[in-house]
Amino acid sequence: MNSRTVNKIWTGIFYIVAIFIVLLLGFLVFEILKRGWGFWDLSFLTGKSSNVEAGGGIGYQLWNSFYMLIITLIISVPLGLGAGIYLAEYAKPGKLLNFIRLCIDTMASLPSIVVGLFGLLVFVTATGWGYTIIGGALAITILNLPSLARVSESAILDVPGSVKEASLGLGATRWQTIVKITLPSAMPQIITGVILAAGRIFGEAAALIYTAGLMTPILNPAADLSNPVNPFNIFRPAETLAVHIWKLNSEGIVPDAQAIATKSAAVLIIMVLIFNLLARLFSTLLQKHFEGSKGKKKKTQAAA
Amino acid sequence: MKGHKSINYWKSEYIGRTLVTLCGIVIVLTTLAIIAFIAGKGIQSFTVSGISLWEMITSTNWSPNDGHYGALIFIAGSTLVSIGAVLVSAPIAIALAIFMNYISPKFGEKVLRPVLELLVGIPSVVYGLLGVSILVPFLRDSFGGVGFSLMAGIIVLSIMILPTIATLASDALRGVPPQLLEASYGLGSTRWQAISRVVIPAAKKGVMTGIVLGLARAFGEALAVQMVIGNTIKLPEALTSPTATLTGVLTMDMSNTLNGTAWNNALWSLALILLVISFLFILIIRFIGNRGGEK
Repeated sequence: MNSRTVNKIWTGIFYIVAIFIVLLLGFLVFEILKRGWGFWDLSFLTGKSSNVEAGGGIGYQLWNSFYMLIITLIISVPLGLGAGIYLAEYAKPGKLLNFIRLCIDTMASLPSIVVGLFGLLVFVTATGWGYTIIGGALAITILNLPSLARVSESAILDVPGSVKEASLGLGATRWQTIVKITLPSAMPQIITGVILAAGRIFGEAAALIYTAGLMTPILNPAADLSNPVNPFNIFRPAETLAVHIWKLNSEGIVPDAQAIATKSAAVLIIMVLIFNLLARLFSTLLQKHFEGSKGKKKKTQAAA
Repeated sequence: MKGHKSINYWKSEYIGRTLVTLCGIVIVLTTLAIIAFIAGKGIQSFTVSGISLWEMITSTNWSPNDGHYGALIFIAGSTLVSIGAVLVSAPIAIALAIFMNYISPKFGEKVLRPVLELLVGIPSVVYGLLGVSILVPFLRDSFGGVGFSLMAGIIVLSIMILPTIATLASDALRGVPPQLLEASYGLGSTRWQAISRVVIPAAKKGVMTGIVLGLARAFGEALAVQMVIGNTIKLPEALTSPTATLTGVLTMDMSNTLNGTAWNNALWSLALILLVISFLFILIIRFIGNRGGEK
C-alpha cells in the first residue's frame, strides 16, 4: 500500500479515537443525569435516608461529605503546602531527598483500600475512637498529600528566580522571601490544584468505608458538641455520599435503592463538574489578571 | 546588638524552615508507618495463625471455614483485570496523546484535555454504578451469563486509567524535540511514518511510565471493580465469567471477620501483598526513569 494512503488511514483512526472518547464522556454524563433525573428535588437533597422504606433522601450524607471535605482540607492543605515549600526551597539534592521522593511516590501509589485499612488499624482501633469523621479525614489526607505536595512544589519552582533573588538581595531571609514573594505568585496554581483535590476528596469512598463508617447517627444541631449526634462533632461516625452509593449498591434493601443511588451519583457528578469548572475559571481569571497588568505596564511605559 | 539581630533572624527564618521541614518528615514517617503497620499485621497469619505463605500464593482453595487460605484466585483476578484494562486502554491513550500533539493540537487543548480531566474527576463509585446499570445488562444480553464478569471489570477500569496513561504519554510526546520531526519530514516521510518511527521511539520512556502507572492504578482500584466483577471465588474460564480481586475481597470481608482470627489475619496478608505489589510498580517506574536518564 502507498505510504500516503497508510498515512491517511492512520489520521482517520486518530480522529475516530478522539471523537469516540469525547462521545464516551458525553454518553456517561448524559446517562447519569438521565437516570438520576430529579436529583435537585429539595426533599431528596435534604431528607433523611431510611433503611427500609422508599422515598429516603441524602441530607445527612451530603452534609457529611461537605464537612469531611472541609476537615480534610484544613489538615491536608497546610501539610501539602509545607512539604512543597520544603521540597522546592530547602531540600538539598542527595540521598535524603531521593528517599523523601521515594516515600512520596510510594504514598501516591498506595491503593486507597490499603490506606483505609491503615486508618482502621491506627485511627479507629489504636486510638479507640471508633469510626469517626476525623479518622476518615486523616485517611483521605494520606491519599491527597503527595499530589498536593507536588502541585505546591512545581508552582513554587515556576516562580522566576530573578524575583526571589531581588528579594534576597534586599536583605530578606529565605523564609520572608517565600512568604511575601514566592507564595503569592505561586498561589493561582496552588489554588487550582487544591480545588481539583477537593473534587477527588468529595468522591472518595474506598478509604472511608473502614474509617468513617457506613452509618450516621440521627443528628441534632442543638446537642452538645461532644455529643455524637451534633453534626459538627468530628468524633462521630459519618457516611459520605460516595460511600452511601456503594452501600446502596452492595447491601441496599430499600425498594428504591437503585433510584437513590443514581440520583446521588448525579449529585456527585454535578459537584465534580462544579469543582472542575471552578478550577478552570479560576486559572483563566488569574491568568487574565496577570496579563492585564502586563498590558498596563506597557501602556505606562509608552506614555512615559 | 549581635544577639538581637540573631534572634530576629531566628524568628524570621528558622521557625518557618523548621515547620516546612516537619511537613516533609510527616510524609516520610506516614509512609514508613503505613508499611510497618500493614506489614506487622499482615505477617501475623504466617507467624501466629500458622498459614503457609507458599500455600497462600499458589493455592486456589480459599475456604476460611475449613482453614484453607489459598489466595491465587484473587491475585490472578487482580492481575488479569488490570493487564486486560491496560491492553484496552494503552493503545487508545497513546492514540489520544498523538492526536493532541500532532494531529489537532487545538481540538486537543480545547476539548480533549478537559474531557480527560473530567474522566479523572468522576468518582470510582460512579464508574461502578454506571457499570452495574449499563454495562452489566448490556454484556448479559450480548454474551449471556450473568453479566458480572472479568470483561465488565476490564472495561470499567480501562476507562478509569485512560486519562493517566494519555496525560503522561502526551507529556512525553511534547518533550520530543521538534527537530526530530522536521528532520524526518525533510527526508520525505509522511506524518504517520514520522510519528511511528521517530516520535514514539523517542518518547518511549515516558509512555512506558504512563502504562506502568496505569497498571498500578488498575491493580489498586477497589470499589468500581468490586461492583462489576461478580466476586465469585473461582478462576475465570473466559472473559465473560465472574471472578474476584484482592481489593474486592478486602472491601467485602474485612468487616465480617473478627480481629485476631486466622481469617482476619489472612485478609491482612492480602493487604500486605497489595502493598508489596504497588511498591514493585514504583520500583519499575524508577528503573525505567533511571535507565533512560543514563543514555
